Amino acid sequence: MKILVCVKRVIDYNVKVRVKADQSDVDLTNVKMALNPFCEIAVEEAVRLKEQGKADEVVVVSIGPKAVQEQLRTALALGADRAIQIETEAAPEALNTAKLLAKVVEQEQPGLVLMGKQSIDSDNNQTGQMLAALIGAPQATFAYSLELDAEQVVVTREVDGGLKTLALKLPAVVTTDLRLNEPRYVKLPDIMKAKKKPLAVETPDGLGVALKQHQTVLKVEAPGQRQAGIRVDSVDALLDKLKNEAKVI
Amino acid sequence: MRESMEFDVVIVGAGPAGLATACRLMQLAQDNDQELSVCVVEKGSEVGAHILSGAVIESRALDELFPDWKAMGAPLHTAVTKDEVYLLTSATAGKCLPNALVPKTMHNQGNYIVSLGNLCRWLAEQAEGLGVEVFPGFAAAEILYHEDGSVKGIATGDMGIGVDGEQTANYMEGMELHAKYTVFAEGCRGHLGKQLIAEFGLDTEADAQHYAIGFKELWQVPEEKHQPGLVVHGTGWPLQGGTSGGFFLYHLDNNEVVVGLIVDLNYSNPWLSPFDEFQRLKHHPVLAQHLEGGSRISYGARAITKGGFNTLPKMSFPGGLLVGCNAGTLNFSKIKGTHTAMKSGMVAAETLFDALSNSEGARAELTEYANRFADSWVYDELFRARNFGPALHKFGPILGGAFNFIDQNLFAGKLPITLHDRSADHTHLVPADQAMQIKYPKPDGKLSFDKLSSVFISNTNHEENQPCHLRLKDPELPIRDNLPTYAEPAQRYCPAGVYEVVEEGGQARFQINAQNCIHCKTCDIKDPAQNITWVVPEGGGGPNYPNM
Repeated sequence: MKILVCVKRVIDYNVKVRVKADQSDVDLTNVKMALNPFCEIAVEEAVRLKEQGKADEVVVVSIGPKAVQEQLRTALALGADRAIQIETEAAPEALNTAKLLAKVVEQEQPGLVLMGKQSIDSDNNQTGQMLAALIGAPQATFAYSLELDAEQVVVTREVDGGLKTLALKLPAVVTTDLRLNEPRYVKLPDIMKAKKKPLAVETPDGLGVALKQHQTVLKVEAPGQRQAGIRVDSVDALLDKLKNEAKVI
Repeated sequence: MRESMEFDVVIVGAGPAGLATACRLMQLAQDNDQELSVCVVEKGSEVGAHILSGAVIESRALDELFPDWKAMGAPLHTAVTKDEVYLLTSATAGKCLPNALVPKTMHNQGNYIVSLGNLCRWLAEQAEGLGVEVFPGFAAAEILYHEDGSVKGIATGDMGIGVDGEQTANYMEGMELHAKYTVFAEGCRGHLGKQLIAEFGLDTEADAQHYAIGFKELWQVPEEKHQPGLVVHGTGWPLQGGTSGGFFLYHLDNNEVVVGLIVDLNYSNPWLSPFDEFQRLKHHPVLAQHLEGGSRISYGARAITKGGFNTLPKMSFPGGLLVGCNAGTLNFSKIKGTHTAMKSGMVAAETLFDALSNSEGARAELTEYANRFADSWVYDELFRARNFGPALHKFGPILGGAFNFIDQNLFAGKLPITLHDRSADHTHLVPADQAMQIKYPKPDGKLSFDKLSSVFISNTNHEENQPCHLRLKDPELPIRDNLPTYAEPAQRYCPAGVYEVVEEGGQARFQINAQNCIHCKTCDIKDPAQNITWVVPEGGGGPNYPNM
């Protein structure tokens, strides 16, 4: 079985995000970028399935400018077999991403599509769901554990107040949550090998997808600074402050 | 048995020296139609993540390495337009020194204000383009030796060892990287370089090395305050009582200003907090006028090897070379080390290439390096600057400054005397009860800040579940000796709040917050008992400096 893993290049989670002076976006100039952590979990899961003999090929795909090849190479070093970059100027919005990925699914015919539940930059949590709808496949989001066989995938999901287990007919779309696995460290020889693994570059035009703009970013703002707390002497003083200053009771 | 890989040359550290070595090696290989395998390991999560420097740089070495660097898009965007040098006499007063009274070496016409991190990112791209394997996120943890005692290569650190020293589920054993020659370019006080200097006695004929700690902040300032190309240097307040150092403030492009303070680590007062000196410095009108209304983007600190010519150790040993600030090639009279570090690497590459082509085999000591180094302009520069630091240490900023003016401007550094400064920096602390306590003002949150909010914007991160990378030879010493005698100075010299003395049930306890460490190495240098050894944490840990 072939597994398709969709990955995104995002700002590294260690970096303290800063808004550009003109408020048009987050400042990404010379900032460390990385593979989205949820996507990394998806790659790890696919590689483990291959190592268990349940899959025979892992293909990774990413969308964006040439720089995304860096993250594709990371995925290849983690154990994916080949990569596809769909070249666009910037990372497209969720629906466009899903449409492009739907075309890749059509070309590649994977038995399972694995992807992160959301990217840590835009936090949309939309692409997996949209992709499943577009290709008419069943979906399981927020995967906590996953059992794959030739016919179906059984996914335990993290839901409010507990876990929920679903059985999906293949092909299916599964999005990963944080506890599905802990990705391995990349080995030096694997980084060198990854440089020689195949990486194909496609374009939206080539895939026959017209990118439409559905959203416009008006303004990006940093959250307001939280005021330091104060210590009150008595319960009465607290009640007084809550009533008269904070006006919450 | 650990896995191993073989290379012609392994380079430790992707800074200007290591990357210049790598690029020059590959250029020579291409010019001579030879195949070379060269790899660079870097402990930072990416190239540039651990690079911190002012930086005003001289392009001399870069001109030689990549004559077309402008067309190739090297990030040298801001040419210096104006030099100002101040002597600060109090918290509010200062004198701007006329240009004619400033040592010539401190003039910056023709130089560029850069982010050294970004220059390294660019150099790494060039190196990769030339066929070098660059591996960020992999720390060289250990030197490997042949049976005959020559250097065989390095081993990267194990990953996935828990805080208890046991393997976690994600354990990955380190790798051995074997090479015909290994080049150590770790920067100031590299932890392997330190071992090599001791192992091979490289410094037996040199004076004790001298260090400083340098702080740097990157600011975004209002458009109307921005004067691209302006370079401001100065000394004096707030450093006093024999503590020497100096500040810098440069206007880059994009409304960015960098500001920093360098404090020499031979200071004697254990109550001194270099971090707080830097924070209060920014309130001086000479600096505040540039920063007010702006916001701080990034913070970092790093030790500087500044001993210069007299302290330079032997740079070759069987199987390898020591280059750049790992040896100490910084030119203190210019307060610049990038061009000399790069050139030391390029000379190393030329020496290595000849040795590899002549196939006299590895392990031989490249004594030829010393000859080529002596013939290069770096040597000449460092020789002329040899008295600059010792003069300031011996005579103080005013008389020492006067000496330097005469030595540099009238004799071009060729005054036929050599001043020495032979005592190591960590020996200078006086007991706390004999020193004046210093009361630092509280940070105002606009120009000055506390340590923790500063470390926060250095984007520092370490995997929490790993053994502490700051090793105490004697774990009892900090509380038993350092606390009563020196009021444990680590609490104050550490720029990241790593060391704390906390009270627990009436007992003092020495706490090490290793996750905060920004890899500056000051503790390894300044601890009066030399009790702290800095070793590399898991690869990829440490600061993630953007544009620094």
